[in-house]
Amino acid sequence: MRHLLDAGDLSRDEAVGLLDVAEAMARTQSRQIKKLPALRGLTVVNLFFEDSTRTRISFEAAAKRLSADVINFSAKGSSVSKGESLKDTAQTLRAIGADAVVVRHSASGAPHRLAHAGWIDTPVVNAGDGTHQHPTQALLDAFTLRRHLADGTGDLQGRHVVLVGDVLHSRVARSNVQLLHTLGARVTLVAPPTLLPVGVEDWTCDVSFDLDTAVDGGAPAGAPDAVMMLRVQRERMTSGYFPSEREYARRYGLDRARVDRLPEHAIVMHPGPMNRGLEISAEAADSPRSTVVEQVANGVSVRMAVLYTLLAGQDPAQAAADITRTETR
Amino acid sequence: MTRYLLRSVAPLGAERTDLLLGDGVILAVGADAREAAGRDAVVVDGDGLVALPGLVDLHTHLREPGREDTETVRSGTRAAAAGGFTAVHAMANTDPVADTAGVVEQVWRLGRDAGYADVRPVGAVTIGLAGERLAELGAMATSAARVRVFSDDGKCVWDPVLMRRALEYTRAFDGVVAQHAQEPRLTQGSQMHEGAVSAEIGLAGWPAVAEEAIIARDVLLAEHVGGRLHVQHLSTAGSVEIVRWAKARGIRVTAEATPHHLLLTDELARTYDPVFKVNPPLRTAEDVEAVRAGLADGTIDVVATDHAPHAAQDKDCEWSAAAFGMTGLETALSVVQHVMVDDGPFGWADVARVLSVTPAAIGGVTDHGRPLEAGEPASLVLVDPAARTVVDPAAQATASRNSPFAGRELPGAVRWTFLRGHATLADGVLTEADR
Ligand SMILES: [Zn+2]
Repeated sequence: MRHLLDAGDLSRDEAVGLLDVAEAMARTQSRQIKKLPALRGLTVVNLFFEDSTRTRISFEAAAKRLSADVINFSAKGSSVSKGESLKDTAQTLRAIGADAVVVRHSASGAPHRLAHAGWIDTPVVNAGDGTHQHPTQALLDAFTLRRHLADGTGDLQGRHVVLVGDVLHSRVARSNVQLLHTLGARVTLVAPPTLLPVGVEDWTCDVSFDLDTAVDGGAPAGAPDAVMMLRVQRERMTSGYFPSEREYARRYGLDRARVDRLPEHAIVMHPGPMNRGLEISAEAADSPRSTVVEQVANGVSVRMAVLYTLLAGQDPAQAAADITRTETR
Repeated sequence: MTRYLLRSVAPLGAERTDLLLGDGVILAVGADAREAAGRDAVVVDGDGLVALPGLVDLHTHLREPGREDTETVRSGTRAAAAGGFTAVHAMANTDPVADTAGVVEQVWRLGRDAGYADVRPVGAVTIGLAGERLAELGAMATSAARVRVFSDDGKCVWDPVLMRRALEYTRAFDGVVAQHAQEPRLTQGSQMHEGAVSAEIGLAGWPAVAEEAIIARDVLLAEHVGGRLHVQHLSTAGSVEIVRWAKARGIRVTAEATPHHLLLTDELARTYDPVFKVNPPLRTAEDVEAVRAGLADGTIDVVATDHAPHAAQDKDCEWSAAAFGMTGLETALSVVQHVMVDDGPFGWADVARVLSVTPAAIGGVTDHGRPLEAGEPASLVLVDPAARTVVDPAAQATASRNSPFAGRELPGAVRWTFLRGHATLADGVLTEADR
């Protein structure tokens, strides 16, 4: 693994390996001293062309707990926000001596350009690009699912995850559909037809326009083991994707009544930040089934695993063994 | 003026013969040519070369005035000569826009002064390409540039009333309205063809219907008012169907396809390399097949390059920040040979038809696209169909480097280009124009 750009690039074994490393990382995080010396002397640059405090601090915490030096570069709002600036910035990073670049960008494919245009030769981690991919989010979601549904080991064979909301504009949905499929889970997307991309028929998942059917297990894949709500931007309403917030919440929002109809073991997920009252009601968000806060904590472990695997240049299985060794020492 | 004796060339790929060029015309053909050549004629060994009438491009962006950093009339017409073109239609989306007699005459003169190819300016349909008021189409038509093709290319003449008026008004001087068919509301923020690939890679989709809906509307308008419509860079299977239907009804419509829409597909967007970003976007393999079939059966009349040079910084960036467009003058003939001759049903006479004779007729360019016969203008090109070349943008004559064919091996090489008897390209090398 040279870069992490696309959840779809991961094989089943690579993905399971990364989740295993993340488990090992998580165990170190319950110790008094959380810091590992693994990446001492290496520099990780967080290159954020788009605001996302949550993702940035998660990557920052992950890098620091591995003893890497972290440089935060935020280009949002400055004069360098588009055009050749990506190339110029990349060359600046090379001059500084970055050992890995974590990039967040509003343009789909920007991390891919950074990795492949020949501007730099360091590992690139995609921290979310446009409406394309957010692979570490998919990994942390899979990590969370695996802990709840598969005892924290192996893959997600036979599990059923329902994703609800704005699939069209969602990098979280694209990444999750691919990774969950790789891990053997079944996925059902639920959305109004306006918020599904033309071409979704080719994806490795089922599609439904009706949330109640999916909640009640009437979808092709049967009862859900998890329901993942996607953030819906209020501006979508003015572009005619749906008529009103009330109608959206009524037809596609997860409220208490729908949560109560889920199988007892099913969990409720959301990548955050949530629009309470739109895609998820406050009761659903705060219910004991909700893993929202847990997902944030898992994000740090998963990002430690990704940075460690890329920078130590090891395959994930080897990395997991190494971390487990330092842990028992 | 230098006389050229072209020995043993194959006009339109047919039986070999000799052509004698002098005084701007084809002086003689066959044995007459050898006899009349005299001693001082330059002899060109045409063994293995196909002679075609000089190519005529209906769709070129020369960028001057305004963006001389990306192309000038001189650099663009040198690229034209290198690609076998003797006449190009320069699109109006310059700065200032070619929407007055003054600007079109300026561009026409720049072409004449450079001397590499005849530049036929295209006039804007609306003032400033703004889609609000008709430009002075009549003034441009009667100017020294004798404009016959009018287009807001880059933008669609979206207002149906304005489009109707343009189709009507241009009848007075046998003009043609060349439409860039793109429904603007359906393509707001669009980055690539909308389909399986866009869904996966997360680039905003550009639906086929945004092109087809405008073409459907325009052919009906042309039928209603009797005007002459030309559909630019037709790119979808549905568009081919609509034009086929319109022609069957007797509507006065012609259509062009670009070399890139004959060869490349939206799968290339997976690279996120903006060299593949173009308007209209690269479509699916099924669309490419339909466009080839449309060109083969005559539904699509011509191949036009939509040569669109761009500065390095406008392509060396992330996809959504990049400019739309690709260069094409120096690869068009090779792509057509590859797709339509080597792997298709075309003979060289068909190539001459779609790249020279018909575009000249559509554009009203009377002295190009002529038969290769004695007394005709000596604007012609000699092609070596057996050559194979790996496309290297750095070696091209265009001032820009955004060729989507970079690194591809393509068949065919233009060896000689003659513009009214003057060699603009001699054995593969651009000459200094002598006017
Ligand atoms: Zn156009």
